[in-house]
Amino acid sequence: MQLSRAARDIDNMEKIQTLLDSTLESVDKAEALVMREAGKLGFDEDDQHGIGMAVRECMVNAVVHGNRYNKKKHVHLEIVTDKEIAVTIGDEGEGFDMSMLPDPTAPENLLRQSGRGLLLIRAFMDDFDMHPRPGGGTEVRLVKKVPGA
Amino acid sequence: MSVKLTTRRVGDVTVIDAAGRITLGEGASAFRDRIRELASSGDKKILLNLAEVSYIDSSGIGELVSGFTTVTGDGGQLKLVGLSKRIKDLLQITKLYTVFDVHDDEAAAVRSFA
Repeated sequence: MQLSRAARDIDNMEKIQTLLDSTLESVDKAEALVMREAGKLGFDEDDQHGIGMAVRECMVNAVVHGNRYNKKKHVHLEIVTDKEIAVTIGDEGEGFDMSMLPDPTAPENLLRQSGRGLLLIRAFMDDFDMHPRPGGGTEVRLVKKVPGA
Repeated sequence: MSVKLTTRRVGDVTVIDAAGRITLGEGASAFRDRIRELASSGDKKILLNLAEVSYIDSSGIGELVSGFTTVTGDGGQLKLVGLSKRIKDLLQITKLYTVFDVHDDEAAAVRSFA
């Protein structure tokens, strides 16, 4: 994993960009990296846990459903910290239509094995957006504001 | 650390003590295999002790649900005990808290199978 870090002194914004392999190890790496940055920003342990879980769910989507473990494809991770932590995760897959996903909390879907990832992401983050990634694939952006910032 | 699963008997109840992380990959598949193993060997009363589980993701939750449907589909019962606040919160968010029979105390959980 190669990290590229850029800092701007003027507004204390810091940006980290990295390219990750399409493996489950990358899921762990991204989660750990984002949790570390969230901790540095002052998020408490519960918030760090929630942010980490949201990142884990997005990374799993990117690696498993987007890139389908393809060794030639990468996951694009960007972390921007300021008065919030904004995490962008992009895959190089075929694209994804979120509207096709059934509501996992509907009584008829409660016993389905999968489909709860986006529900958890929304529960733990302040903002969540999913859109086509420029150049192909899907990109998600997760934002959590620093309490009191 | 992935998940570590230890099975013991309390009366006619099979207790699975889980420790570690139940996440996509090794953790979730180990959990799935153990539940299926118990269900196929005829265990009908299974209590899953999650007290030492530090982390569970949506795949892990999916395995809990899958285990529940496997065991109940065979005419058995799968109950939960020892949930941390974080795991309780996850079950609340996913509206699964009312699907599972959740206990705080193991002795009471074991008695509830009778």
